[in-house]
Amino acid sequence: MHNTAGGHPAHLQHHFSDSEQQASASKLGMWLFLLTEMLLFGGLFAAYSIYRAWNPEMFYEAHKQLNVQLGMINTIVLITSSVTMALAIRSIQLNKRKIAVRFLIATLLFAAVFLVIKYFEYSHKFHLGQLPGKYYTFTGLQGANPHIFFSIYFMMTGLHGIHVIGGMGLIGWMLSRTTRNHFSPEYYTPLEMTGLYWHLVDLIWIFLFPLLYLIG
Amino acid sequence: MSNHTGTHAPHILPMQLYLGVGAALLFLTVVTVVVAQIPLGGWNLVVALTIASIKALLVASFFMHLYYDHKLYFIIFAIGVLTLSVFIVLTMFDTLERGAVYDIKARPINPKAAMYDKPSFQGQGAAVHGDTTKAGGFAAPIDSGTTKHDSAGQAKPSGH
Amino acid sequence: MDGIPAYNYLNTPKGWKSWLLTRDHKRIGLMYLFAIMFFFMIGGVFALLIRIQLLTPNQALVRPETYNQLFTLHGAVMIFLFIIPSIPASLGNFVLPQLLGAKDVAFPRLNLASWYIYVVGALFLIYSIFSGAADTGWTFYTPYSTQTTTSVIATTLGVFILGFSSIFTGLNFIVTVHKLRAPGMTWFSMPLFCWGLYATAIIQVLATPVLGITLILLILERLFGIGIFDPAMGGDPVLYQHFFWFYSHPAVYIMILPGMGIISETISVFSHKKIFGYKAIAFSSLGIAFVSFMVWGHHMFTSGQSEIAAMIFSFLTFLVGIPSGIKVFNWLATMYKGSISLAAPMIYTIMFLILFSIGGLTGIVLGALSVNVHMHGTYFVVAHFHYVMMGGTVMAFLAGLHYWWPKIWGRLYSEFWARVGALLIFIGFNMTFFSQFILGAKGMPRRYSTYLDQYQPLHGFSSVGSFVLGAGFVVMAVYLIYSLFRGKPAGNNPWGGLTLEWTTTSPPPPENFIETPKITHGPYDYDKVIADNG
Repeated sequence: MHNTAGGHPAHLQHHFSDSEQQASASKLGMWLFLLTEMLLFGGLFAAYSIYRAWNPEMFYEAHKQLNVQLGMINTIVLITSSVTMALAIRSIQLNKRKIAVRFLIATLLFAAVFLVIKYFEYSHKFHLGQLPGKYYTFTGLQGANPHIFFSIYFMMTGLHGIHVIGGMGLIGWMLSRTTRNHFSPEYYTPLEMTGLYWHLVDLIWIFLFPLLYLIG
Repeated sequence: MSNHTGTHAPHILPMQLYLGVGAALLFLTVVTVVVAQIPLGGWNLVVALTIASIKALLVASFFMHLYYDHKLYFIIFAIGVLTLSVFIVLTMFDTLERGAVYDIKARPINPKAAMYDKPSFQGQGAAVHGDTTKAGGFAAPIDSGTTKHDSAGQAKPSGH
Repeated sequence: MDGIPAYNYLNTPKGWKSWLLTRDHKRIGLMYLFAIMFFFMIGGVFALLIRIQLLTPNQALVRPETYNQLFTLHGAVMIFLFIIPSIPASLGNFVLPQLLGAKDVAFPRLNLASWYIYVVGALFLIYSIFSGAADTGWTFYTPYSTQTTTSVIATTLGVFILGFSSIFTGLNFIVTVHKLRAPGMTWFSMPLFCWGLYATAIIQVLATPVLGITLILLILERLFGIGIFDPAMGGDPVLYQHFFWFYSHPAVYIMILPGMGIISETISVFSHKKIFGYKAIAFSSLGIAFVSFMVWGHHMFTSGQSEIAAMIFSFLTFLVGIPSGIKVFNWLATMYKGSISLAAPMIYTIMFLILFSIGGLTGIVLGALSVNVHMHGTYFVVAHFHYVMMGGTVMAFLAGLHYWWPKIWGRLYSEFWARVGALLIFIGFNMTFFSQFILGAKGMPRRYSTYLDQYQPLHGFSSVGSFVLGAGFVVMAVYLIYSLFRGKPAGNNPWGGLTLEWTTTSPPPPENFIETPKITHGPYDYDKVIADNG
């Protein structure tokens, strides 16, 4: 198991016996990290479930204040960004670096569009006073405690938005490394791991959208 | 020898697969929005969550490669879902079943309690001192033991 | 016997930068060891202050408000800065790769990051002590924690950051166990300490994020009044408890599982006998991890949760005691007809068996819903968890420390003084905490800065015991530190162990193994192999 100097790939770390072991270790590590993200968001999903079960009518009435079209556009935007991310990785697998770069840029653009739409949604709510907790001043909703819905809305989409921003940072870094030719069909693990993270961000939104925007 | 959990001789999926899955996801998005407009009562939630789960499985299986990978990764994903389910279900055994066995003998918090004069309570002054119509306000003191309360301790109007 | 080897991880590479930027799991483990021992001492000082206050009912050492801060800090420091990282981050980091025949953990840089995240979290917690220490209890229950003017946010932010350190360590260990076992070492031929660390890591990865979101919610409630835990705004303070205990109950298994792993090692080595029931012990670790997620409501029996939930949680709580019981019986069976060597690690192991059994059984007592209604919030609970955390985890930690000390430093300590220390600790511990079982059964509530006269004899006895306990730790610190300078060189394998770490020099070289180890026998095959007492 000696890795003689110069006889092993530059990316191979000394405590791994070969590239495949290192790559599958990275993948396992990333999936475990995604597991922690699922549990982190899961707490908010739990809070949502509990409060919706306690206040079903209020949730229904309050959710009508959300803009379903914008929510749907955002869903489409994120799904598309997942496709471009997956295609970026596929391009590197096929040694098509320049195309990979374009797909990564596309992913970043879609992510930015998502955030811009969210910005418009948020500022609309700020304007109307539909804010969490003690800052809630909107008077257009009857019933008990409508601010609960908005607290949960802001916490869930806020935490998700923070993860979108973080993901954009990661993708930007991967873009930089790809343009500098760090990746090849033999080694693209960081890109693949970033893809996994980004797909999870998409996955979480896939649940957020119906739960917040489409309450029947 | 490394422990093989199925990394590739890179398994390159065809472009059509990614585009096909993407198209399916977009289609399901439209479906879920359309169905949400149809009033189905409690079934709306079931349908919406089912469609979302299918979308999630598509993303996980194909974009995240779970379908092709060693099942260890799928197990990790499943454990996350399972743990969350345990959390939500067991907690809801509490939150939805309060007062199911014994009547809750709670009374509303006394609106005139001295503790509400402390500075940290100023923001909630309106809700506490007499304004019972605001969200979260208190109804008049209730005869304990004979009125069912909902799980957050608020009195339900009779006939609810 | 050889002297200390010239080439070892302590002196290679040299320089303080090589320590601050190290990726060597042994150096990281050592840095953690110093930190956790330091915070154990700090937490212990808070404990002694508490016991001085409670020596008599009139003791005016501190105001009641300050007393609240004292027990909050004792709990927070002991739990988040000492016991949760204790075994995994120090001994686990040091020994896990060696037990597996690996050169390092899977992600050495992440390991270093875990360490620095721990340091940052610790700094936040220390800062919070001086900026108006929280007085909510380490459990930060709402509604008090959302309203008190003490620095809850600094404390909870510190804990939040520490949570990441725990998560990354767990993640690292899971991947290490899956991927970096030496060729020929199957899942069922790896040492049981690895199984313990693996099960612990699963809990760390699954449960800690929920603590993270809980503390975020608490901080948001304090900062922005979102009202999720405030009944005046339609929220529910009991919901906080569900969120909090969903992590904090599995957390106690994070505390005990590594300790149990150590006991599996020491009991075999110092009985000079093959471990009894390897698979039962391995699977029971996983079983504990699994069931531990389903019992958190037993901390909330009197909180106002529904009776139905309480009954379900009580039933499941009885189940979670079973795997622990399985382990105790397997350990005892290992000792039966073994050739027992009463070296310091074994003395602590036997102390563990006695004290953990008491602690575990009293946990079952508290799990009975009807009994809990009377015992909740009393000293019975305090005694129970000190028996399992200190009588269990700390004793196991000390067993492991004394077992691997020669490997870490290459030196032996004085057996005589180790026995003196162990005796003081055993006597002091039981004086302090057994009396608290009685206090609790007689109705003494916990977290009270004073009490009715009738409780004074037991409280006084407990306080005296705490100083005996403290003295035991002082003795231990002295002989251990002395051994660093004057201890006899230990040689490769002073105890006759059969696991891979004993095949290297003491201290080991930086890369652990010069050649990839060849697995020729199982970790406990005393029936097949003569151990090389090098």
